[in-house]
Amino acid sequence: MTRALVNVPKSARRGEIIEIRAMISHTMETGYRVGPNGVPIPRRIINRFVCTYDGEEIFIAELFPAIAANPFIAFTTVATSTGTVRFTWTDDSGETYTETAEITVT
Amino acid sequence: MNPVACRLLCLAAVLIASAAGADEISRGEKRSGFDFMSPATQAMQRDATSNPGMLSVLEGEHIWSERAGRSGVACAGCHGAAEQSMRGVAARYPAFDTETSRPIDLAGRINRCRVTRQGAEPFAAESGEILALTAYVAHQSQGMPIAPPDDARLAPFSARGKQLFTLRMGQLNMSCASCHDDNWDRRLGGSPITQAHPTAYPLYRLEWQSLGSLQRRIRGCMVGVRATPFAFSAPEMIDLELFLMSRAAGLRIETPGVRP
Repeated sequence: MTRALVNVPKSARRGEIIEIRAMISHTMETGYRVGPNGVPIPRRIINRFVCTYDGEEIFIAELFPAIAANPFIAFTTVATSTGTVRFTWTDDSGETYTETAEITVT
Repeated sequence: MNPVACRLLCLAAVLIASAAGADEISRGEKRSGFDFMSPATQAMQRDATSNPGMLSVLEGEHIWSERAGRSGVACAGCHGAAEQSMRGVAARYPAFDTETSRPIDLAGRINRCRVTRQGAEPFAAESGEILALTAYVAHQSQGMPIAPPDDARLAPFSARGKQLFTLRMGQLNMSCASCHDDNWDRRLGGSPITQAHPTAYPLYRLEWQSLGSLQRRIRGCMVGVRATPFAFSAPEMIDLELFLMSRAAGLRIETPGVRP
């Protein structure tokens, strides 16, 4: 079961720089390991992370096999309007996981 | 003095020195593994939004309120809100179990409850579910001092644990105490040797890239000294856990901890 922890300030003043943090539970299997029977374990990593703020893309990241399990991403943005911050992670199997957070801008 | 006698004398001196070194850590010097970590790893643990162990706590919270087994009752069905009912529990485990007349650790207690009360299959040792649920329960005691139960029935098991702690084992012929009592202020292969206080289990180890139990950590150490590790939930393992918790009395629970 995938779990994600996102952290967005509940409220901010317009124009203020805010820090956004997102962490998701994912094994980030590199594809370079072999199982106990010598068969390679297929690669399965989160390859794309997208964050939208009020419908607009504000942060995109491509992830690669060297990134550790449970990737943690932190970045900053400018608080512009009250709205929804949406986080989407996509992994190699095409599965996506979405988390949202609300921010009130005054 | 002839060379043979000299060598014997030197050997005797080394043996005496190593025996004299087996001192227990005094109360004032007791420190959690947290204090030995780099500031970056400390910050990672301290902040709940960057602590990867919190993902498992979240998962554990979900399992806590999920109906399971023939009884169809969730943990929350009997115990209610874990914030109240489980507060301080991790600080006093392992505790004496009257059914088996032996000590039982927190994960063992949870699995026992799952089998006897919920009528469900027990979680496999070291599975994500048992670690998550144990982490969630132990997290409720975060910040509370470790307070081993004052139970005379536990004494022989704790004594056995202490014996195992100081027992030399493996091809390297080292005991736990060789490092964690005698040399905790030094380094091994560049990494600090800690005092081995189990304050933060189950914890997220960066090397493991996952949550792991104290038993997994002990097994790692045993493999390190080239000994055959005790099986998960083996009586020796529980005795050792019991002794380690009594040795760490007074230190605060940090679950879920982060370690390098």
